[in-house]
Amino acid sequence: MADVKLDAPKLKAKDFKSSQEVRWCPGCGDYAILAAMQSFLPELGLEREKIAFVSGIGCSSRFPYYLNTYGMHSIHGRAPAIATGLATSRDDLSVWVVTGDGDALSIGGNHLIHALRRNVNLKILLFNNRIYGLTKGQYSPTSEPGKLTKSSPMGSVDAPFNPLSLALGAEATFVARTLDSDRAHLQEVLRAAAAHEGSAFVEIYQNCPIFNDNAFETLKNPESRDEALIRLQDGEPIRFGDRVVVQSGYGLEVKNASDVDEKDVVIHKSDVDDPAYAFALSRLSGIELDHTPVGVFRNVKRPTYDEGVRRQVNEAATGVDRKDALDRLLHSGDTWTVL
Amino acid sequence: MAEPASGMPQAACQRVLPNPHEENLVNTVRQLDRVVIRFAGDSGDGMQLTGDRFTAETAKLGNDLSTLPNYPAEIRAPAGTLPGVSSFQIHFADTDILTPGDEPEVLVAMNPAALKANLPDLKSGGIIVVNTDEFSKRNLTKVGYDANPLEDDSLEDYQVHPVPLTSLTIGALEEHEVGKKDAARSKNMFALGLISWMYSRPTESTEGYLKKKFASKPEIAGANIAALKAGWNYGETAEAFAVQYEIPPASLAAGTYRNITGNAALAWGIVASGVASDLPVFLGAYPITPASDILHELSKHKRFGVTTVQAEDEIAAVGAALGASWGGALGVTTSSGPGIALKSETISLAVSLELPLLVVDVQRAGPSTGLPTKTEQADLMMAMFGRHGEAPIAVVAPQSPSDCYATMLEATRMALTYRTPVMILSDGYIANGAEPWLLPDMADLPDLRVDFQTTMNAQDADGNDIFLPYQRNPETLARPWAVPGTPGLQHRIGGIEKADGTGDISYDPANHDHMVRTRAAKIAGIDVPDIEVDDASGNAKVLVLGWGSTWGPIGAAVRGLHDRGIDIARAHLRYLNPMPANLGEILGRYDKVVVPEMNLGQLALLLRGNYPGTDVVGYNKVRGLPFTSNELQDALEEVIKNG
Repeated sequence: MADVKLDAPKLKAKDFKSSQEVRWCPGCGDYAILAAMQSFLPELGLEREKIAFVSGIGCSSRFPYYLNTYGMHSIHGRAPAIATGLATSRDDLSVWVVTGDGDALSIGGNHLIHALRRNVNLKILLFNNRIYGLTKGQYSPTSEPGKLTKSSPMGSVDAPFNPLSLALGAEATFVARTLDSDRAHLQEVLRAAAAHEGSAFVEIYQNCPIFNDNAFETLKNPESRDEALIRLQDGEPIRFGDRVVVQSGYGLEVKNASDVDEKDVVIHKSDVDDPAYAFALSRLSGIELDHTPVGVFRNVKRPTYDEGVRRQVNEAATGVDRKDALDRLLHSGDTWTVL
Repeated sequence: MAEPASGMPQAACQRVLPNPHEENLVNTVRQLDRVVIRFAGDSGDGMQLTGDRFTAETAKLGNDLSTLPNYPAEIRAPAGTLPGVSSFQIHFADTDILTPGDEPEVLVAMNPAALKANLPDLKSGGIIVVNTDEFSKRNLTKVGYDANPLEDDSLEDYQVHPVPLTSLTIGALEEHEVGKKDAARSKNMFALGLISWMYSRPTESTEGYLKKKFASKPEIAGANIAALKAGWNYGETAEAFAVQYEIPPASLAAGTYRNITGNAALAWGIVASGVASDLPVFLGAYPITPASDILHELSKHKRFGVTTVQAEDEIAAVGAALGASWGGALGVTTSSGPGIALKSETISLAVSLELPLLVVDVQRAGPSTGLPTKTEQADLMMAMFGRHGEAPIAVVAPQSPSDCYATMLEATRMALTYRTPVMILSDGYIANGAEPWLLPDMADLPDLRVDFQTTMNAQDADGNDIFLPYQRNPETLARPWAVPGTPGLQHRIGGIEKADGTGDISYDPANHDHMVRTRAAKIAGIDVPDIEVDDASGNAKVLVLGWGSTWGPIGAAVRGLHDRGIDIARAHLRYLNPMPANLGEILGRYDKVVVPEMNLGQLALLLRGNYPGTDVVGYNKVRGLPFTSNELQDALEEVIKNG
């Protein structure tokens, strides 16, 4: 990713607004994410032309049209593949992928896991609203079992993905979760993702007011959120409300703080190399959101794919006169001359 | 000099049968003008390597040549079975030739399966060199021989040389420190040595090759070289081989030549395209037969600024290439039919984005997995129309292995000038076949450099400078290529219909109609050279028109007809979309147009649609093999004589 330029002219949020009229439904969580992104982008310290957003298809994938950067609204599920080509061939760009639960986890599942395993320098933002919005309300790969939708009138029998577990299974080096409605937390996570070298996977719980309203209400309602939302902080014991997280068997579990010795409370560390810890964190909440951690689950260093590819090409190509080398290539091996 | 219609040597250099009663055997050297040899064995017998080495030796001698490898899709089919037979045919001559030959005159059969599978193709009276060690009862039964064909009269129409290749090889390697199994594996080099002696080919380059290939296992290199020499010496001393043949060099155009396969020429054409355009090359590819060798070859050429990404699937491969194109690289993806089908949605996106993209389809027999190692030309309609919506792209087809190089450069010119995907239709025959290539002069490398957009290109109503990403070049209708990173030109592109000029999302019906027509006009307006007709006598009533790899067999057939004084005109299409501007006028000159294709009539259908009134006669076969020039000659003669 492009280096942050400290002496860059200070841009403002408005500098990142494009001329296009934003056309999501009233009340859509995407508005909040867009506003948070526009006010965050100046922090990158990059000129606008050094930033590229690539999206697939779905409501979330309209995102690039509304940012005054370079952008491509591509095809369903393929944004990580297209962005891999851009990020691998251009080391001077900051490349972001905007996707949704259907786009990234259903039709584009393959590209997502391979971008993550390769650790391509991409920031992948998955807007998870647990529904297909643009096609008007079918169940998605993150919808809860039994969900009644137009395509599941008797209830969905699909088992859902846990996006973070999936990303961790693919050995993602940066995995985080945040909420559309919490701008400060959202920007904190974006900041950490932007600073990460390699693939950064961020799941953003995003409300679809039309087809799946209040899907994340448990985490937002002041009456329930303290018992459900776990804010992960590096180096801090994991506690929320009057509960704590402790080790249990092969994983983690939630207990009442009063039943646990203080020294047994798990201290959160996102840089634990073994993905099993972050995976255990991702399993604390099921589809019902009862104990839902947000924040950075995992943030480790691993060589990036694009850097590795460029290094090989640069090593081989340094100092080569291409035309002369082509002539020598054509004449290599067995040749003969006819007079 | 024209290629004789018959695959047999000319009368002046008739083969002399060895006379077993002759007392003082002196090796006789006979001159031939051309020979077709087929090496056949089990897929584990190393026949492709043997054929490749014989080809290299022959190229060194200055013969013109053409080759046809033929191997099963299975990596190792059950040993000794008919499906496991792998073969390599080479046609070489003292004149320029166009095909690997219709019928072999010499068959090297390493086992009963190879004999049985290839005998029907062998010219009557041809030579069979056969490895008798493999003709056990068990091996004969495996391929359905009730009796040993070497011991009954079933081969009496041929000159059979029974040679215990395996045991002779093991015997020759007794002094070498290799096990019996490794020694036996060198029998292909023994066979190569013997055939090299028979046709007076030097073996030094093969010795050098073996030393290099087995540099880390010198004992294996030594055994193979010893087997090669033993085979040569066996030919020289064994009484069975009384005649040695020579095929003098061909009188080809002056210059430096090398032997090249279509896949290698295509890969080098991609490298050359990067050099000519001064752009980094970015290949996204997923392994698929018979296109994978292009990925392998390009992966070796990073020094040219070539990036190769082996993607997770065909869709990602073309997606990454398109992403790189957006970023200002020369984006390329290579595949075969099933892979191209998967890329179709992304190619349509590239049509909408109006970005350069090179898409190589090395066609193979389909549908579905079909015959993955066999050739076909049945993807033409997919190349033309296999996308959703009105999504025209440019389509070109190389006509021979070496022609792949120049065709890639042409495809690059079209893609960069018109900001469009271009499909390059090669096929399995071109991809794996080889021929001598007169190496081009670097001074003739075209200048394909592009001007990226770096400045505003319009003014708004208030007189402010603005950038219109879909403002077109009035001549080419191409839009500006403003790559991410260019200051001040930030813009958004995507698959939703765009307003011409601004590139903003537009659902306006009139704009969509305008954009669809503009994209079509852009492709239709691509500058392509006129097609040339070979109508030497000027009296022909019939034109034969081909495309792609049928160039060689059609050319050989037309030469045969001309030699017999039969009038026929000939033309070959490299540019399939758009077609040359003069094509309609050419077609109009002839009563009938014969279109031979390895499909059921796809070009014929295009011609009937584009040039109504043309009497198009299809000649179609889909056997997974190239046409023979003989069958084409018969078919063309039939149309000429009987309409």
